[in-house]
Amino acid sequence: MAAPPSGASLALLDKLVAALNAKGLVSEAEITERQAITDRASPEIGARMVARAWTDPDYYALLMRDGKAAAEAMGASMAGAPELGVLENTPSQHHLVVCTLCSCYPRALLGYPPGWYKSFAYRSRAVREPRAVLAEWGTQLADDVEIRVVDSTADYRWMVLPMRPKGTEGWSAEKLASIITRDALVGVAVPRV
Amino acid sequence: MSAAPDSPAPRFAAGAQVRVKDDWPETRGPCHIRTPYYVRGRLGRVVRPLGAFPNPEDLAFARPAPRRQLYHVLFEQPPIWNEGKAGDTVMVEIFEHWLEEA
Repeated sequence: MAAPPSGASLALLDKLVAALNAKGLVSEAEITERQAITDRASPEIGARMVARAWTDPDYYALLMRDGKAAAEAMGASMAGAPELGVLENTPSQHHLVVCTLCSCYPRALLGYPPGWYKSFAYRSRAVREPRAVLAEWGTQLADDVEIRVVDSTADYRWMVLPMRPKGTEGWSAEKLASIITRDALVGVAVPRV
Repeated sequence: MSAAPDSPAPRFAAGAQVRVKDDWPETRGPCHIRTPYYVRGRLGRVVRPLGAFPNPEDLAFARPAPRRQLYHVLFEQPPIWNEGKAGDTVMVEIFEHWLEEA
């Protein structure tokens, strides 16, 4: 887990912000606005996107074609955000997202990344021994399901579209959204009834 | 969806076999490399072009950053780590100038 920032780090951050301000590159107001956008975002947005994709074929098509537009259609603020790619799980393939280089994460629709996502342990192990990582999360996949680890290294952010579990036939999108967790959108878990 | 008008056409099509350049900062001097070390020198297959984006290796030094084509490239996982399950894969975003025909 990431340690809390030290006093020295915070002092350095203050100086950086002051320098950016002085050069007219970033204003305090812009930083505050960006924080507010991330604060407003939460995995609920991703969950509602998935639930709608499960129940609305047109929305599913939009989500697979243009993730940013699909996120905006559900109220996410995507201005200035990187592209959003969607990784669809199937009966034969499960996706797991990691950023081995840093901690790229679809903040615009999932909010701040959890500490474990940024941890050295997750970043190094997910890409090397994904099955062991999933087992520790209690995520059991059938033997014939291939795992595709997606290392988020550049200009996209990636969200998993999990499979709709059996036993949810006839559920409303709202009820479906209630079983879709942040962890399922990263791929360390799958939705359960 | 992300291709800008000034974007270069992709050199590699979906399905193309590629090799990631075996290139390291230790042999080049100071640089920013956006390609994970574990796929350098590895054979992969282009899944699809993802559009063109400013080269992060220039952005890192505040240089003018021409757009470079970005690809999703798929690698078999077991050969990379000498462990793991056959059929498992890792998919990585890699810029065109890091890829060679293979």
